[in-house]
This record gives sequence, C-alpha cells and structure tokens, in this order.
Amino acid sequence: MPVNICVLAKQVVDPEMPAAAFRIDPDARQVVPPANIPPVVNGFDENAVEAALQIKDEQGANITVISSGTTFALDVMKKPLSMGADELVLLQDDAFANSVDSFFTVQLLTAAINKLGGFDLIICGRQASDWDNAQVPLGVAETLGMACITLGKKVDVQDSKVVVERLAPDGFEVVEADLPALVTVSNELGQPRYPTLRGIMAATRKRPTVWTTSDLDVDDAQLEPRLTLHDLFVPERDQDCEIIEGDDDADAARQLALRLREDRLI
Amino acid sequence: MADATGILVFGDAPDGQLASTAQELLAAGRALADALNQELSIAVIGADVADAPQQAIAHGADKAYAVTNPALADYHPDLFLSAMQTVATEANPGIILIARNNEGRELAPRLAFRLGVGLAQDCLEVSADAETGRLLANRPVYGGSAIAVVSCTHTPQIAALRPKTYEPLDADASRSGQVVAFPVDIDAAAAKTRVVDVVKEEAEGIKLEDARIVVSGGRGLGGPEPFSQLEELAGLLGGAVGASRAAVDSGWVPANYQVGLTGKTITPDLYITVAISGASQHMAGCSGSKAIVAINKDADANIFKEARYGVVGDWEKVIPALMETVRELTQS
Ligand SMILES: Cc1cc2nc3c(=O)[nH]c(=O)nc-3n(C[C@H](O)[C@H](O)[C@@H](O)COP(=O)(O)OP(=O)(O)OC[C@H]3O[C@@H](n4cnc5c(N)ncnc54)[C@H](O)[C@@H]3O)c2cc1C
Ligand SMILES: Cc1cc2nc3c(=O)[nH]c(=O)nc-3n(C[C@H](O)[C@H](O)[C@H](O)COP(=O)(O)OP(=O)(O)OC[C@H]3O[C@@H](n4cnc5c(N)ncnc54)[C@H](O)[C@@H]3O)c2cc1C
Repeated sequence: MPVNICVLAKQVVDPEMPAAAFRIDPDARQVVPPANIPPVVNGFDENAVEAALQIKDEQGANITVISSGTTFALDVMKKPLSMGADELVLLQDDAFANSVDSFFTVQLLTAAINKLGGFDLIICGRQASDWDNAQVPLGVAETLGMACITLGKKVDVQDSKVVVERLAPDGFEVVEADLPALVTVSNELGQPRYPTLRGIMAATRKRPTVWTTSDLDVDDAQLEPRLTLHDLFVPERDQDCEIIEGDDDADAARQLALRLREDRLI
Repeated sequence: MADATGILVFGDAPDGQLASTAQELLAAGRALADALNQELSIAVIGADVADAPQQAIAHGADKAYAVTNPALADYHPDLFLSAMQTVATEANPGIILIARNNEGRELAPRLAFRLGVGLAQDCLEVSADAETGRLLANRPVYGGSAIAVVSCTHTPQIAALRPKTYEPLDADASRSGQVVAFPVDIDAAAAKTRVVDVVKEEAEGIKLEDARIVVSGGRGLGGPEPFSQLEELAGLLGGAVGASRAAVDSGWVPANYQVGLTGKTITPDLYITVAISGASQHMAGCSGSKAIVAINKDADANIFKEARYGVVGDWEKVIPALMETVRELTQS
C-alpha cells in the first residue's frame, strides 16, 4: 500500500537575499518583501518534500503538499510538484494577513488535513525561515493527537511505523512511532533533489486545489489571536570593529595575536 | 484561567543538579516576580530530583515543586509534557517560562497548544508591562535581522527563553523557600514514540558549548582539510572548534559543530571566525560572545560589523602565522 503522506510547506521571503535588501515598515510592523527577489519555498520544507520523495521511491507514496498564506507565487509553490509530489492544496485567504500566531495557522492546516481524510504521515520543516517559530508542526501534532518526532535527518517507513534518525546535541538517536505520525526535518537530511524537466512539465499541467477559510470547518473561537505584536525593529549593531593592519596577511595575524594577548583574551 | 498568578519556571535536574538553563530561567523569573510583586516557583521534573529544589531556592525561587515519578528517569517528551500539564493546571500561574533548549524546543509549543494559549518563542528578553502587568517578550525573527515585541492574549502566558541570554543569580544558601513534594501520576501508555538507539558523535576534548575559546570555520575554507588547522589552533588555545551551516552542509564537519540559529548557542570569551561571512542566522548563535574576531578576505563581509577585531586577509596566510605567534606567546 502506498503511504499517504502530507507535506506542510510555507512560502517565505528568500532568506539568502543580501542583508541590505532586508527592510521593515515599522509603522505597519511588517517586513517589506524585496521587489526584485522572488519568494521561495521554506528551505526546511524542501527537505520535507525530499524526505517524502525518498519514501515514495522506496515503497510508493501519494504526496499532498498543503500551504496556507495570503498570496502565492504559483510557480514557486509548484516546485514540490515538479520535484515529484502529487497534489498541491493552497489555503488562500486575506484573513491570514493579520495572523501573528501559529495557533491560527494550525487551526487552518488541521482543518484542511481533516477535510482531506487524514494522512499516515505528515512531514514538516523544523521551522519557517521568516518568523522562526518552530511551532506549527508541534501544534498540528497536538491538535490531531498524533505521535510527534522533531529534527529528523532520515525518515523511513517500515511496516506501519515511522523510523527517524533524530538530531541530538551530541549525535543522533533513532526514534520510532506507529503511524499516523508527524515528523519535522532539518537540513542535515541532505540537499533536496532538483526538479527534472519531466517533473516541471507535469507540474505545469497540475492545478492546485484552492480553499478559503469558509471552505474549512474551523471553530471561530479557535481563530481568536493568541499573540499581539507590539513592535518590530531592526536591532542596532554598535560594535566598532578594529581592523588589525600589518605588512602582509601573516604580519597582521601576528599583530592580532599580540593584541589578543594584551587584552588577556588568550 | 481565573485568578492565575505567579511565575512558574520548568527545570530539570540531570544527575540531581539543577540544570544551568533552569538557573537562567530563575534569574529572568526573579526579575518578573519582583516587578509584579508575585511569587516565583519552579517545577523540577525527574525520577529523583535530589536537592535540586533546594538549589533552585538558593538561585531565586520562592517555592520549588519536586515533580517526580519513576517513569521520568529519562527524558521522554510525551511523559514530561503530561507532568508539566499537571503542574501547570494545579499551580495555575499567570506566566510560565521554559528554556528553548533541546527539550524545550518541543515541550514549550506542545504545552501551549495543549493549554490553548499562545507562546512567545525563542525570547531574548522578557519584562512586565508597567501598565497592564502582562508579559512583554523580545524575540528575533528573520534569523535575527529584526526583533519583534509580542505579548500573549491568553493566560497562562508562556515564553520560551533562548539559552545563555540570562546570567544565573549567584547561589545564596541563606535564601528561604518552600519545597513541595509533588509526585505525579504518569500513564506510560502516553508515550507515543520509542527511542531504539542512541548514537554519540561527540568531538574529543572540550565541549563546544562549554569552551571559553571557540574557533569556527566557514565555506571559505573550501574543504574539510583546513579544519585540522583550526583544531590545532583551538588545541593551542585550550578551545573547541565550531562551524557555519555552509561547512556542515558541505559535509566537512558533523552537524553538532554548527553554531547558529539552528545549531548551538555559544557564549565564549573569545570567538574566532575563519572564512565565515556573518549571516544573521550564524550570529544568532554566537552574538553573546564577549569578543569576536573575524578573519575574512572580503572587507565588506557582514562579520566585520559584529567583530571587535578583524583581519582582512586570506586564511591560508593568516592561520599559520597566528598559530606560530600563539605558540610563542603561550610557551613563553
Ligand atoms: C513580527 C512577528 C512576530 C511573531 N512572533 C510570534 C511568536 O512569538 N509566537 C507565535 O506563536 N507566533 C508569532 N508570530 C506568527 C507566526 O510566526 C506565523 O504567523 C505562524 O503562522 C507560523 O509560524 P512560522 O511561520 O514561524 O512557522 P514555523 O512554526 O516555524 O513552521 C514550521 C513548519 O510548519 C509548517 N508551516 C508553517 N507555516 C505554514 C503555512 N503557513 N503553511 C504550510 N505549512 C506551514 C512548515 O512545514 C514549516 O517548516 C509572529 C509574527 C510576526 C509577524
Ligand atoms: C532558517 C535558516 C537557519 C539557518 N541556520 C544557520 C545556523 O544555525 N548556522 C549558520 O552558520 N548558518 C545558518 N543558516 C545559513 C546562513 O544563512 C548562511 O548561509 C551561512 O551561515 C553561511 O555560511 P558561511 O559564512 O560559512 O558561508 P558564506 O556566506 O559563503 O561565507 C564565506 C566567507 O568566506 C570568505 N572567504 C572565502 N575565501 C576566503 C579566504 N581564502 N580567506 C578568508 N576568507 C575567505 C568569503 O569572503 C565569505 O565571507 C541558516 C539559514 C536559514 C535560512
């Protein structure tokens, strides 16, 4: 039986954009997306797609990607399809614009998961590179009452359980759980595959399912905000760097060592 | 919840000693408790927490719950979570503080969702709003490029604190407080995951997190071999070696060398970066260092905005000369 897998993927501002392109609008308390740099699929979510595809390669799987947001760059969000995922479901609504908490996101994602009839395995990124919350997957697991394993660097499905190599501060541990389960993955999983030409062609023909909040069965009380955003600012860097000069690189290095000694740092 | 009051900190006590992250939470919690004129309590969780509750009182707690059950001998997220939920419900605090360490990363969000409340994640600073008495939390977003100030609308208000941002209070054995034995019921069937193997990949020598001096290498090193030079330099200085994510992703060093937002948080006295550009996500793990030294051939690299001392140059020339001088200095 092919494994029925869901990948949760978020569209984010490209975290690799040059630091100078990062701007915020302090009054609106928002980050201004750079005009000429397209958004990307959150990097760890591409790792999640890769993890799902490895299971598909091994034993067959049906992979549904779900994303929620206000506006989507469709060609960006189709990347998982061109890598080899099967379906794309977009939860698109202006109501998401003011969502400052993961709680809201989790209600929508779980409602969509339930509407699709549930999954054997849900794979997520460890965190979104914009708000860096690392909360949504844990919230989805709690809300659906599923087993939850975080920080995977290898994900296998054997019989009716998932076996995960989970990163630990001093190595890794092998953790397993019966399906259904939710797993988050990290970049240590390895470079996600590139879309093939055939994959890209197939993805062009696929149309995503688009739902708004009204298509989903959510309890209004659960959409009440759990967080208030009071301020958003760019921290000041007040460090004055003293560049140590020398006749050449080696001399500068010697001067550096002497200075560190003088400061009793070494 | 009605009448919720006080600040509750969660801590653990590996080997019967109160963890340093718990001491940090107590320092943050003490300041909040004094500002709000409320009680600071801690829940120390384990099979046997020995005299960690007493240590917690010396570090600032007014009350310490010894939350015990034999099933809590080893960390298991599902079981610890169930113990935390029991204590949170019973103690009914207004504010809960949790460390965003390896365990807290999963426990804090899960507890918040279980209680149906919000979580201020990965906070650098927490304070009490002078007018409302609500918790205000500063947390980095976009890898540290910006800071958001958030508050929770529901109670308990939960904040997860980034490790090593608060300095523990000095232990004062004369402080008095109440230790409350709090044996909890744990249903072992609540454990939905099983650890079947543990693989250690620890580097030899001093641990990265504990080292007073750290030398880290980045993508500009161009391969795994130069790391042996960094190991040698670190050895001379009595320090440890770290790396950027780019070096880890290239497979030059194991994942547990990574410093940064999704790696380790370190606060050494001296942090020497070699061929690292200083991306915000890297700096998120090391900006608490007392002094940063940058060695980079690009004078415009961001790392020079974060460093106290910089050498603009090629590491292949800089590192051997640095090593030679350090050798002379440390042997004389
Ligand atoms: C300035 C600011 C500060 C904020 N601070 C907080 C805070 O302290 N606490 C808080 O709870 N919220 C906060 N939020 C809101 C929160 O960051 C997001 O809006 C919330 O939707 C999800 O968190 P995240 O995007 O960081 O995702 P994470 O929880 O980091 O995402 C982890 C994984 O979940 C999946 N996922 C996440 N979002 C989606 C999505 N939209 N669609 C599909 N999959 C997804 C992906 O697999 C992703 O890799 C803040 C928002 C702003 C604007
Ligand atoms: C969500 C998220 C989380 C992340 N988490 C982390 C994290 O935890 N830790 C982390 O480190 N990164 C993290 N990153 C990645 C981060 O954004 C950067 O991509 C990464 O830190 C870059 O590593 P680097 O500085 O080694 O490489 P680069 O940015 O490529 O810099 C290499 C530097 O080497 C210099 N150089 C080249 N040759 C020489 C030479 N011969 N002599 C001297 N200097 C030379 C160059 O001038 C350059 O500045 C994360 C990214 C995201 C999106």
